[in-house]
Amino acid sequence: MKIIVPVKRVVDYNVKIRIKADQSGVELTNVKMSLNPFDEIAVEEAVRMKEKGLAKEVVVVTIGPAVAQDVLRTSMAIGADRGILITTPLPTDLGGLEPLSVAKLLKSIVLKEQPNLVIMGKQSIDDDSNQTGQMLAALLNWPQATFASKIDVNDSKTTATITREIDGGLDVVACALPAIVTTDLRLNTPRYASLPNIMKAKQKPLETIDSGSLGVDTSPRLKMVGLTDPPKRAGGIKVASVDELIAKLKTDAKVI
Amino acid sequence: MSILVIAEHTNTALRPSTLTTITAARKLGDDVVVLVAGKNVSAVADSLLASAGVQKVLVADSPAFEHHLPENMAGFIAEFAKSFTHILAPATAFGKNLLPRVSALIDSQMLSDVTDILGPDTFKRPVYAGNAIATFQSTDAIKVMTIRTTAFDPVTTTEGSTDKNASLEHIDASGIAPAPHTQFLSSELTTSARPELTAAPVVVSGGRGVGSAENFALIEHLADKLGAAVGASRAAVDAGYAPNDCQVGQTGKIVAPSLYIAVGISGAIQHLAGMKDSKVIVAINKDPDAPIFQVADYGLVADLFDAVPEMTGKL
Repeated sequence: MKIIVPVKRVVDYNVKIRIKADQSGVELTNVKMSLNPFDEIAVEEAVRMKEKGLAKEVVVVTIGPAVAQDVLRTSMAIGADRGILITTPLPTDLGGLEPLSVAKLLKSIVLKEQPNLVIMGKQSIDDDSNQTGQMLAALLNWPQATFASKIDVNDSKTTATITREIDGGLDVVACALPAIVTTDLRLNTPRYASLPNIMKAKQKPLETIDSGSLGVDTSPRLKMVGLTDPPKRAGGIKVASVDELIAKLKTDAKVI
Repeated sequence: MSILVIAEHTNTALRPSTLTTITAARKLGDDVVVLVAGKNVSAVADSLLASAGVQKVLVADSPAFEHHLPENMAGFIAEFAKSFTHILAPATAFGKNLLPRVSALIDSQMLSDVTDILGPDTFKRPVYAGNAIATFQSTDAIKVMTIRTTAFDPVTTTEGSTDKNASLEHIDASGIAPAPHTQFLSSELTTSARPELTAAPVVVSGGRGVGSAENFALIEHLADKLGAAVGASRAAVDAGYAPNDCQVGQTGKIVAPSLYIAVGISGAIQHLAGMKDSKVIVAINKDPDAPIFQVADYGLVADLFDAVPEMTGKL
């Protein structure tokens, strides 16, 4: 079984972002960038399948500037076998390469690589769209299982049974392979890559493809016309006791 | 302008998320059509007929739609989406699962989690965990979007009234064959007498500070005293103190109740993204420097194991 894991380089989740003065985007210069946390979970899941003997090869794919290969190396340090970097001049967070374009580019890679399973993060923490996996499934006419908290592939590798996190609890679906699965937070806890594995990852094969060569029109459909800070909450007060809290909620805020 | 709203329902009852999505649709125009696709959904369709501002309710009844599998529904919706200018669904697990698949089939770049509608093609949505609000102008012929349910009020319905605003039309879905490659197996739904988290007027949430699943009863008692829903931070869910469907935050549920009480929650930006639009925020935490106090209207620096039972007792 071959697994493809699309990954994205995003602003690290601990960074407090700053909006550029001209509202054209978020300041990315000298900002710590990382592998999108949901994608890290996807890589970990694929690597575990390889370690269990279910998968033979794990291929990671990213789309972005040349420096986006960092997240391919990170993924290969976790245990992915090789990486594909699709280069694009467009910004990948806002007002540039959009989920539909990403899905189209990934489709061309999937058609070439013929994986049995695509595991990917349910959303990237920059534009928070939560669309690409579902769109890729649509374009390929493949089954989709979003928001996975458990993936079981049967021994004959023909079906995956996936537990999905939904609003009211959990759903379980069975998808014939090939299929697209998107990860939720509780699927696994990714490992820390060891130093020897980080070194080894530098030697793993990495192929670079120019997005322009894939025959996909990636021009944006959405024009970002503004980017602003969210409305600030006025600072509140500290209360000294439970009695004071209840009194404030009853008489000032009138919410109980 | 003709706007299609995809209704979220349980086959027997409409979900409140549909009513807030209809409100968003009405900001776009008067020609609002609601699609109820499911199995034996006539009661759901009937309940929509008295909704203010709904012109028409379309019913598509098919066993293939029972579990709302996108593999079965997306192609069907994409087919008749072409006669509309806008396709809307709530930004819930249902809408997030289904609508991107529809959007890709009609080659439109969807907008997720829309919080404001500025015009027929201009929309606001939060990005970066709500730390920035982006305004986008769509150039696609058919605009597809999910609606953040906390950003709009539910549309009024005159329940039990004989005054039906909308017409009812059945679409023949008998030819829809279930996709052979995906099968729904089972559901484990949390049953609770408490109000639904995303619609509750009061939410009491617990975090890592609660310490254990047993201790979470403290949160539940306070919630029950207030008629509130129970929420949790990611840390509390990851630690197994509370079920996953309680998670409030960037990647969990977005809530905006009149009163949000955060207990033992430090206030990571990912959690704040899910609750900072609440009307009144109360934080109870023993760490006076916890970031949650920066957004709280009323902060109580106290040990939750003393303060929460005391509050439950005094209410």
